[in-house]
Amino acid sequence: MLGAPSRETPKTLAEKVWDAHVVRSAAGEPDLLYVDLHLVHEVTSPQAFDGLRAAGRKVRRPDLTVATEDHNTPTDSLVQILDPISRTQIETLRKNCDEFGIQLHSLGDAQQGIVHVLGPQLGLTQPGLTIVCGDSHTSTHGAFGALAFGIGTSEVEHVLATQTLPQARPKTMAVNVIGELRPGVTAKDLILALIAQVGTGGGRGHVVEYRGAAVRGLSMEGRMTIANMSIEWGAKAGMIAPDETTFDYIKGRVHAPAGAEWDAALAYWKTLRTDEGATFDTEVTIDASAVSPFVTWGTNPGQGVALDAEIPAPADFASADARAAAEKALVYMDLRPGTRLRDIPVDVVFLGSCTNGRLEDLRAAAAVIKGHKVKDGVRMLVVPGSAAVRAEAEAEGLHEVFTAAGAEWRFAGCSMCLGMNPDTLAPGQRSASTSNRNFEGRQGRGGRTHLVSPQVAAATAVVGHFAAPADLLSSAAPADLPAAAPSDPQN
Amino acid sequence: MQKFIVHTGTAAVLRASNVDTDQIIPAVYLKRITKTGFEDGLFRAWRDNDPDFVLNQPGAAAASILVTGPEFGTGSSREHAVWALRDWGFRAVVAPSFGDIFRGNALKEGLLPVELPGSAVEELWNTLAANPDAAVTVDVTVRTLSVGDRQWTFPLADFAQTRLLEGLDDIDVTLRAEDQISAYEAARPQFLPVLV
Repeated sequence: MLGAPSRETPKTLAEKVWDAHVVRSAAGEPDLLYVDLHLVHEVTSPQAFDGLRAAGRKVRRPDLTVATEDHNTPTDSLVQILDPISRTQIETLRKNCDEFGIQLHSLGDAQQGIVHVLGPQLGLTQPGLTIVCGDSHTSTHGAFGALAFGIGTSEVEHVLATQTLPQARPKTMAVNVIGELRPGVTAKDLILALIAQVGTGGGRGHVVEYRGAAVRGLSMEGRMTIANMSIEWGAKAGMIAPDETTFDYIKGRVHAPAGAEWDAALAYWKTLRTDEGATFDTEVTIDASAVSPFVTWGTNPGQGVALDAEIPAPADFASADARAAAEKALVYMDLRPGTRLRDIPVDVVFLGSCTNGRLEDLRAAAAVIKGHKVKDGVRMLVVPGSAAVRAEAEAEGLHEVFTAAGAEWRFAGCSMCLGMNPDTLAPGQRSASTSNRNFEGRQGRGGRTHLVSPQVAAATAVVGHFAAPADLLSSAAPADLPAAAPSDPQN
Repeated sequence: MQKFIVHTGTAAVLRASNVDTDQIIPAVYLKRITKTGFEDGLFRAWRDNDPDFVLNQPGAAAASILVTGPEFGTGSSREHAVWALRDWGFRAVVAPSFGDIFRGNALKEGLLPVELPGSAVEELWNTLAANPDAAVTVDVTVRTLSVGDRQWTFPLADFAQTRLLEGLDDIDVTLRAEDQISAYEAARPQFLPVLV
């Protein structure tokens, strides 16, 4: 039971959190796990609420459930949702939350924003919790040492009705990050490099724990970026053991424990680490010191290379599947092997999402872009992860840095990460995006997405083709850098 | 849930790996609040852009089994991907591997994920290329897929098999543990967060 961890058998962090939430266990059946926090948004919930109504069921624990509007919301208005289908979906969430007694952060609310920014911001995301949401990037919350994973709509209904989920016990994996990240290399580069190393299916069936000094050295924002993209290499969830960085982040937030409860929580949280002698089913090692700014070139997040590199050729890949996938991706992305990343021009830069839409991300991009201009012909959207992030950024004057550079300073939401709202790429447009998926059409049908860090996004916006912040420093007049090399096959 | 015991049908072949749920159903189709009618969004971009795409071929409308490559259904948790396949008429998807969330969603909705080794899927592709109308049978009772005189066994946990065979509703099953859920709740520490 939670609060009284067994000292007898060494356990991994994931096993501790799992075992503390088993309501019922029987041979040959999945464990029934208790859910501490259920996050709800407009896209994956309407059919679940319909299911409750059809069966005459209530929400068992509205006090462990919180909702926000994020996927469909416009980022140019806090009041008007022009798309009638989006508006209906959002109005449906409002009606459902009202009917079932669930707290909702609506468009215009000071806490509204991307569901995975909301939880940490409110102090609801805490070590040792089980957290679920009808969204695959729920893995984000694992940065706090929570067991957090995405679920489908049938499971959303199940959690609403029972506050539990039947779950087969996953395998455990350690990602041992050795070495330190070099200056200018970010958490985003590290996770992109890891996915390129292990492949999109490398984590399937596992709860992974990111370990090592380079991980310990990251801020909570950086840890969230890494945990967020656990799903992009197929992991069930990604966790990072909580430490002082975690505790400092949580303390004082709206739903953080206080007084004696803080002490009790802290004592428990400090037990949430993998014991000496515990074993993982699988271990993977990555050398952080070998990672440099990273960019995806293909149509899955594993198809990435260092910014300093060239577009690979299908023949570079060992397996027939990977070669076929590379060929298909190169056609879709309109890229030729051997092209330097730095010679590829972009049309749109998107800074935001649950991966890189937090205050630290905006600060990092602003520091790069300050004093520069977004290249003529390039559109840059800056979409804070939440209304609170937006307000904090404005209090620091970050919005002025972005608007002075010619970027668009917009309202919070998922926005161009998945293009459910009007923020989409036009067919054929190429983006440098701080989001998490470069799937075909993800940001708009025919759009071509390259995943990057906030710093690379900002430098790319200035130069007009993929660039690192260092590229700006090496030029006296960065906005006047020559355009892409003449051999550039794009556009 | 609809029971799934044994099904025989024709198959459509999609030779691709990493078919993510954004391809199965693009985000624009997720705005609906209903649980049916998603077949129009199924593989929409590929259907529109590629006349040779498998679902544009004669016979695809009647196909009820999709045979595809590794890492099918990766990415987004959208159960709409399962609904779209189901609404098109698919009862089973055969692949060397599936995204975990997709696999779970499929089982909840009675769309059978049939995981076979890559070599078996390759052989199926070739068999179906030679004989596109071949009858393919999936049998949940014995966990086998067969076509002609070839047969393979696929993994399916006992619990998932029982649910499919009996058409059980997960929530009903869980609520049988009501006493245990209540007991667990009563023992949860005070410091855990609540929305008030």
